[in-house]
Amino acid sequence: MTDIHLGPDRATEAEAAAIDAVVGASLGPAVLTPSERLVVGGTTRRNERRHLLLPALHALQHTAGWISPGGLNHICDTLQVPPAEAYGVATFYDLFRVDDPGHDRDVLHVCVDPACRIAGAADVIAAARAEGRPVQESPCLGQCERPVACFVQGRGRPDHTPADGDPPLVPQAGDPTLRLLRRVGVVDPTSLEAYIGSGGYRALTRAFTLGTEGVIAELEASKLMGRGGAAFPTGTKWRAVANAPGSPKHIVVNADESEPGTFKDRILLENDPFALIEAVTIAGFATGAARGWIYLRGEYPLVAERLTGALAQARAAGFLGERIARSSFNFDIELRRGAGAYICGEETALFNSLEGFRGEPRQKPPFPVTNGLFDRPTVINNPETLANVLGILLDGAATYAAIGTEGSTGTKLFCLSGRVARPGLYEVPFGATLGDLVDLAGGVTGSGRLRAVLLGGAAGSFVGPEGLSVPLTFEGARAAGVSLGSGVVMVFDDSVDMADVVHRIADFFRHESCGQCVPCRVGTTRQHELLAAPDGPPAGLLEEIDRAMKDASICGLGHTAATAVRSALALGLIGGQP
Amino acid sequence: MFGAGGGTCSYQEIHEADVILLWGSNAREAHPIFFHHVMKGLDNGARMYAVDPRRTSSSRFADAWLGLDVGTDIALANAVGRHIIANGWHNPAFIEHSTSGFAQYAAAVEPYTLDEAERITGVPASAIADMAEAYAKADKAQILWTLGITEHHNGVNNVLALCNLALLTGHVGRWGSGLVPLRGQNNVQGGGDMGALPNKLPGFADVVDPEARARFEAVYGRPVPAEPGLHLTLMFEAMARGELRAVYCIGENPADSEADVAHTRKVLGDLDLLIVQDIFLTRTAELADVVFPASVAWAESEGTVTSSERRVQRVRAAVPAPGEARHDIDILADVANAMGADWGRPTAHDLWEELRQLSPLHRGMTWDRLDAEGGLQWPCPSEDHPGSPFLHGWLWEPDLGGRGPSPFSVVHHAGPTEELTAEFPLRLTTGRALDSYNTGVQSDGFASPIRSGDALDVNPADAARLGITDGERVLVSSPRGSVEMAVRLQPDLPAGLTFTTFHFPDEVDLNLITNDTWDPLSGTAEFKAAAIRIDRIN
Amino acid sequence: MSETPVTITVDGQPVQVPAGSTVLDACTAAGVDTPTICYAPNLTPVNVCRVCVVELEGSRTLVPSCSRRAEAGMAVQTDSERVRHSRKMVLEFLGSAVELDQAPQLDPWMARYGADPGRYGPAPATMDEPLRVQDDLYIRDYDRCVLCYKCVEACGDDAQHTFAIAVAGRGFGARIRTEFDTALPESACVYCGNCVAVCPTNALQFKTEFDLRQAANWRPEEHSVTRTVCSYCGVGCNLELHVQDERIVKVTSPSDHEVTNGHLCIKGRFGWAYVHGGADSDQT
Repeated sequence: MTDIHLGPDRATEAEAAAIDAVVGASLGPAVLTPSERLVVGGTTRRNERRHLLLPALHALQHTAGWISPGGLNHICDTLQVPPAEAYGVATFYDLFRVDDPGHDRDVLHVCVDPACRIAGAADVIAAARAEGRPVQESPCLGQCERPVACFVQGRGRPDHTPADGDPPLVPQAGDPTLRLLRRVGVVDPTSLEAYIGSGGYRALTRAFTLGTEGVIAELEASKLMGRGGAAFPTGTKWRAVANAPGSPKHIVVNADESEPGTFKDRILLENDPFALIEAVTIAGFATGAARGWIYLRGEYPLVAERLTGALAQARAAGFLGERIARSSFNFDIELRRGAGAYICGEETALFNSLEGFRGEPRQKPPFPVTNGLFDRPTVINNPETLANVLGILLDGAATYAAIGTEGSTGTKLFCLSGRVARPGLYEVPFGATLGDLVDLAGGVTGSGRLRAVLLGGAAGSFVGPEGLSVPLTFEGARAAGVSLGSGVVMVFDDSVDMADVVHRIADFFRHESCGQCVPCRVGTTRQHELLAAPDGPPAGLLEEIDRAMKDASICGLGHTAATAVRSALALGLIGGQP
Repeated sequence: MFGAGGGTCSYQEIHEADVILLWGSNAREAHPIFFHHVMKGLDNGARMYAVDPRRTSSSRFADAWLGLDVGTDIALANAVGRHIIANGWHNPAFIEHSTSGFAQYAAAVEPYTLDEAERITGVPASAIADMAEAYAKADKAQILWTLGITEHHNGVNNVLALCNLALLTGHVGRWGSGLVPLRGQNNVQGGGDMGALPNKLPGFADVVDPEARARFEAVYGRPVPAEPGLHLTLMFEAMARGELRAVYCIGENPADSEADVAHTRKVLGDLDLLIVQDIFLTRTAELADVVFPASVAWAESEGTVTSSERRVQRVRAAVPAPGEARHDIDILADVANAMGADWGRPTAHDLWEELRQLSPLHRGMTWDRLDAEGGLQWPCPSEDHPGSPFLHGWLWEPDLGGRGPSPFSVVHHAGPTEELTAEFPLRLTTGRALDSYNTGVQSDGFASPIRSGDALDVNPADAARLGITDGERVLVSSPRGSVEMAVRLQPDLPAGLTFTTFHFPDEVDLNLITNDTWDPLSGTAEFKAAAIRIDRIN
Repeated sequence: MSETPVTITVDGQPVQVPAGSTVLDACTAAGVDTPTICYAPNLTPVNVCRVCVVELEGSRTLVPSCSRRAEAGMAVQTDSERVRHSRKMVLEFLGSAVELDQAPQLDPWMARYGADPGRYGPAPATMDEPLRVQDDLYIRDYDRCVLCYKCVEACGDDAQHTFAIAVAGRGFGARIRTEFDTALPESACVYCGNCVAVCPTNALQFKTEFDLRQAANWRPEEHSVTRTVCSYCGVGCNLELHVQDERIVKVTSPSDHEVTNGHLCIKGRFGWAYVHGGADSDQT
């Protein structure tokens, strides 16, 4: 609790109304004045509302076009958040600005990360600026299959992406062997009825039959590993949460898909939102959680729209809320939007962001299974991971585990982008090689001569043509010293200016470091500066920086911030001093 | 009620409290570092109820602020007690074993229904009920208070009303539960401990007790007067009657700090002899026949002080005293020697050893231990005793530690002596600001960026009715006099109530208008409740 | 409360520490000097500077000793090549970005680990912040700020609960800020000075020290420090009076004192000026 000191600025009526609507739709203001002689407030009420800070900032930004001092004061007064803290939170995110934009128009965000960069992002930006449109250069917008990616941040109008009307780029759509993508392009994503008609909610019924222990046992037997990049056994995670003392427990969906080159969750959720909701509900049932949260990256307006609609339909049909599907199980899910910060894809940073704090990662241990969201036991899973759960319950763990390899069961989604003939989202059983995937996407375009593949995203590494034989399994990648990451396969032919691409990756990490720990805050900056050294980057010093970031950073961002750069040096994609 | 006077808890205990009643205290500003401990408790999940006529900065940390009318604390406390009894939330075993007079108390509070309390105090009945339930049902609960309770014509009764609640529920004498008066100055507690009370000798020995006197006489080598002396307010009455003709005033500035200060200045001026011993030429010193310049006690002298948690700690000289200023002890000894006594030149350490000899509470506190252990909490009866974090554990012992049960007190509501009238329709209450202290003699010395001066806080509705605006200078009058000061609109102040600090007497001579009615049991004046009128200055 | 003590191995040497101790406590108990910057005994560890990292057997990465709880059977190395390298790089990174000439406690560690902040090219990015002198009580010189978060913790829920300052911005652009960089006197600041007391690099300085430094007359090696009790209320806060030339030049509180935990209010921290005749008197 704190004594809130507000400056003289006051919110406009529109700003106050937008903020009040967000807070009013949830818990209401932190301080109540039932009479002139009674004021109800205090630490508990304030703490219970802190998680509304991010939604309130979104409402203000959307209405005012910036985080105005008066609007911020209104938020702080309503939620009893100290203004300095709220300002610190607002300035953490790319989608919020704290200076007056001086106009009242929408802002066009244009991606400048590798896939869009080599597709002419600079030209798109120049053209938009020539038209006088407000433009903001953006890190990866998660539309790498359809560059140049754009996102329109609305001012008083809904956010949207110009490409939202296009059909999903899932070249395998309709293939009956697909497991995760089987509804994409086939089943109406806006209809619960259609979802049920295509087998939806049978997995939940099956879960009720199996019981909590049965569900977890199936997951363990399936050997499902997390698809967000860390490849942790999902069954182990669920069991740990089920066994952890403390309540309420939480299920969090990490849909803050921000790894450059990644767009799988966007396509999955735009086209099969009910599947995620069903899987989260099963996770809640299996672990004894009361509440689910979907943390969706802020630049996915169509996903937000589809999920909002799907949640409402599910709630109306009794699949969320009290006594779900006439069981004794109560569970509900809330959707929250991120606001432009790659680091919030790190699970503990995501918790802080959701709780209304700066999205700074926490030191682990303790781990989320015991001390997660609101410091309570928490399952945090990637949407793709959860999508696998449905098939496991429906077909049984044995059937599932028979797909793929011994160490990597099931199928995997891969995001093909860059210089390939048919960019898009692909689902293949574990075991396919990198070359198989490039072939599936129609082979290398541009010069037709492969220079390198960025595997796993900006946090992954470059592999040269000799890497095409690497089997895309967890164990295969590990043996080759690379990582599947979030399933990014970004292809570069030999006409691409790789130095520019690598320099941009370094810039990306400098921009996205949260700034909390010294190795990452300064290390990413020095790495970026040194790549521009006139005599070429000093490889020895870059290696020293890499080692410090890997060893001493708090989180995975710092641990991997130099991986791509160093692989590029090793492959000779950029020159360098020894 | 319990014997020796002191806060029953250590600050640390509030970290673990479940419920805190902050009653007539703005500790956030007046006791900021104690409030750090309160906030630890709140962060650990404690619920806090703030009972105060003003929604103070402390109240903003509370789960509920109960804005009672000035001077209605007893009505509120009695209603809390009645509601606890009516719902059976009191602690019968504790009451039976450790207290006396419960039946009389229960009968006395019977008229204080929730509705009656709402009528008297203005606080919604539901909030009173809620606070009663929270306090009674808590495992660990504390009541904290300051001058909002004591600076009334019935301040002692106010305290007793709060103590009754602790007896009713057993929230005293246990780790985490207790009654905590916060002291306004760094040695209010120590002054009392050392016998600077009209009826006590050091260590709270009673002057009327011949056995106690004999112990002191044996050490002092001369008789100790058997009659209690006068407290400050009685002294001023005696001065006014011409019975008290000479005063030796040490480290006090009554010519600024007393209520109805015009009267105070007159009687001080009429004395045959006024000696003032102070670090500055205060307004009181300006009236003196003799002034002894003294050194700053905490930075230029050696000695001890005792805090609100009964912790005796050393003060030490860090810098030399300027000019002719001297240590209080040296001045006093020289005055005594000049009058024919043979005190020699005792050091602070010498005096401490004498105290240890006389006060069992302090006997175990050697000078070396005070240095080495960073302070000790009394009672500390022997050198192997660790000191006492909380008091009155005997209430929970099977034989009550050989004492008698602790009595309930029957106290009744009696509002401020000065009722609001058509001529003086507004209530004035006073308090401290964070960056200032009392009459500002010390705190004026540094350039605080957050200092705003003494202004009269007024509810905007009252201001509108009177046609006055924020910042306007007005004439504020009570039956005793008038002062000119600026108005500051304060929406959080209930209508009918006004408030000001009293830190800048050279600019706003506030005590020209405060109420000097005093509590016969404590001698404390009713600073917290005057009736005033606001007039525009054309 | 008296749980079983924990034994861990520090550089091959078994060390027993009380339950609840940190790895740093164990290193200290083993007589190992561990560099720290963001750690303070009276603040919750934020483990952001990473200069105290040690190599923990079985851990993929180094772990911050200041916040990691000691668990039975742990084995840590405090002087391995990996540890020395990361400590060197942290010190070097800070030295290349921040003005550290008033943080002499870092010098021996810089020397021990061979940190060379000069090897990052001719013009590495630095804090590049203007000096903020906005009142008579303390100054903010963020060119010296290492973003250790201590001031934020002291202003926030580790002590004062005023939250006048927070970390704003992100990455290398992160800075300590009031909302919209509002000047301190207009902010929530209540001038307790607890932020100044915990600052490890003099980015926050009492105005008395700042003025004496400007006059080339700050001589900390000559200071006497006397412990006494504040006179401004009955709480009993311990003060440490730092005296130069028979004048108080700085007031702190011992961080291990259970009344203050090292924290004070505006009166205790700054209210001493009257001892020397008030704010307007000659400072020298």
